[in-house]
Amino acid sequence: MHRGRLWTMRQFAGFGAAEDTNQRFRYLLAQGQSGLSTAFDLPTLMGYDSDHPLSEGEVGKCGVAISSLADMEVLFDQIPLADVTTSMTINSPAAVIWAMYLAVAEKQGADWKKISGTLQNDILKEYIAQKEYIYPPEPSMRLVIDTFEFGVKNTPKFNTISISGYHIREAGSTAIQELAFTLRDGMEYVEWGLRRGLEIDEFAPQLSFFFNAHSDFFEEIAKYRAARRIWHKAMTERYGSKSARSYALRFHTQTAGCSLTAQQPYNNVVRTALQALAAVLGGTQSLHTNSLDEAWALPTEFAATIALRTQQIIAHETGVTNTVDPLGGSYFVETLTNEVERGAWDYIKKIDALGGMVAAIERGFPQREIAEASYRYQRELDNKEKLMVGVNAFVSEEKPLDILQIDETVAHRQAARLKKLRAERSGDEVLRRLNALRTATKGKDNLMPFIYDAVKAYATLGEICDAMRDTFGTYEEVAIT
Amino acid sequence: MTKKIRVLIAKPGLDGHDRGAKVIARALRDAGMEVIYTGLRQTPEMIASAAVQEDVDVIGLSILSGAHNTICPQLMKLLREKGMDDVTVVVGGIIPEADIAALKKSGIAEIFLPGTSTQAIVDFIHQKIVLPS
Repeated sequence: MHRGRLWTMRQFAGFGAAEDTNQRFRYLLAQGQSGLSTAFDLPTLMGYDSDHPLSEGEVGKCGVAISSLADMEVLFDQIPLADVTTSMTINSPAAVIWAMYLAVAEKQGADWKKISGTLQNDILKEYIAQKEYIYPPEPSMRLVIDTFEFGVKNTPKFNTISISGYHIREAGSTAIQELAFTLRDGMEYVEWGLRRGLEIDEFAPQLSFFFNAHSDFFEEIAKYRAARRIWHKAMTERYGSKSARSYALRFHTQTAGCSLTAQQPYNNVVRTALQALAAVLGGTQSLHTNSLDEAWALPTEFAATIALRTQQIIAHETGVTNTVDPLGGSYFVETLTNEVERGAWDYIKKIDALGGMVAAIERGFPQREIAEASYRYQRELDNKEKLMVGVNAFVSEEKPLDILQIDETVAHRQAARLKKLRAERSGDEVLRRLNALRTATKGKDNLMPFIYDAVKAYATLGEICDAMRDTFGTYEEVAIT
Repeated sequence: MTKKIRVLIAKPGLDGHDRGAKVIARALRDAGMEVIYTGLRQTPEMIASAAVQEDVDVIGLSILSGAHNTICPQLMKLLREKGMDDVTVVVGGIIPEADIAALKKSGIAEIFLPGTSTQAIVDFIHQKIVLPS
């Protein structure tokens, strides 16, 4: 990777209503970004419309508010989906948001067989770390495999999942835990896909990964190298894959949000640059670099531009892209790679012994391991065994930053738009298609076509998720502290 | 046996990032306090009811989602209605400096930003809450 082709510079962005994020997307593309990555707000992640009572105070705050196809049309206005690849960080309602994206692509005249992008769609790490789940594991996994099956037939170039260690690490795991839990999640998806009757080399080429780039420079590089080895071994030896398109692990990387400091925030540019360099030396296919102000708020345009420029400097000025795996053969990096790989296999075998990842999650195993590691990390900071510049060492006074403010007018705009949508669409058509979806949830049919039909009739995200809630129920975890 | 300080750690709103809430819950427990953790996605009503039922001295809210300006005033109003004015409410998380004054005016005792040591939070609670021996 990299000699012939740079990684995709894919900055995660989303705030306010669809028109606000559309403007940021177009700005980033104009600045030389090579792919899009969408952050959705919390109501969208949880399958609630912007005007749901539980959405109060949260609309457009942590990402863009998307409640229907009408919002999605505005989000990608004047962005040609035939040419731009888009990543969408959406999990429990991933099938619904993906259906909206495909509907916009169809309207633009883009060929589904040719469009490319990535749906995060990784529900297992939601139970483990990020905690934005709606349904219990069993029906959630069914929805994931439905998207795999639909993707194989209809969108062969689209990554139907991004199996994510990022959030596991942000929740406080070690590098080895991030690697082990993520790859074991990957194996779990493969096993559920095989049980559905899909052929390994038919759906595995559409599986992609997503890792964190934390601060321990060489350990991170070792982690990416070990990830490729473990995935290759698992795919070929456990699942009999014969295609390099399946067993070659491809991954996106994001620098570590949890390593950013609110204190002396300009130092975050340096942290991010070093973490990004580790990801590039580790061979990442796609990269997001965090903005300096993210311990305070969502990034301003000014901060987001420096973050993108950081990648461009690494790509075009440092010469690090001239060699593939430049640290291969280094005594230290090879030893670390072996250690990280061994540590990850130990965990993977433990999870196998528990009966797989769904069973391990239900017993709280990965959650407990992460809680232990994050507490240990905090103790080390508190005791100054670990130093963070500006936080527990080299502290100084500073002026506050100018940050991005998102006010409640976004929620009002969204509520007005939803009211108009519900008045203008065909209520009968929506009801009919939602009922068809509700009936299908009780059987074994692939739900994607039913969801797509409902989306096209402008049924809202909340209505579609509710139709599935009726059958699937909702999930509540037993909190581990 | 001396009475322990009772703390409710709550995670309001739709956000699931619970690393901070869990670390604080454990640190306060290690410091000898009685800690009750609500779990995720608690409404202000649920938090206020839990505070009454558990008869806590302190409520610690973990908010990273930007919803603090909606959640905090609602909770403070409910606590006043339930006659829980004397409970000390603290917030930890991602809170812009521009919002801090208004939150304190609404009755929040202290706001702990990223990078705060757990000892600083323990010390603050000990200084605020002096239980009769």
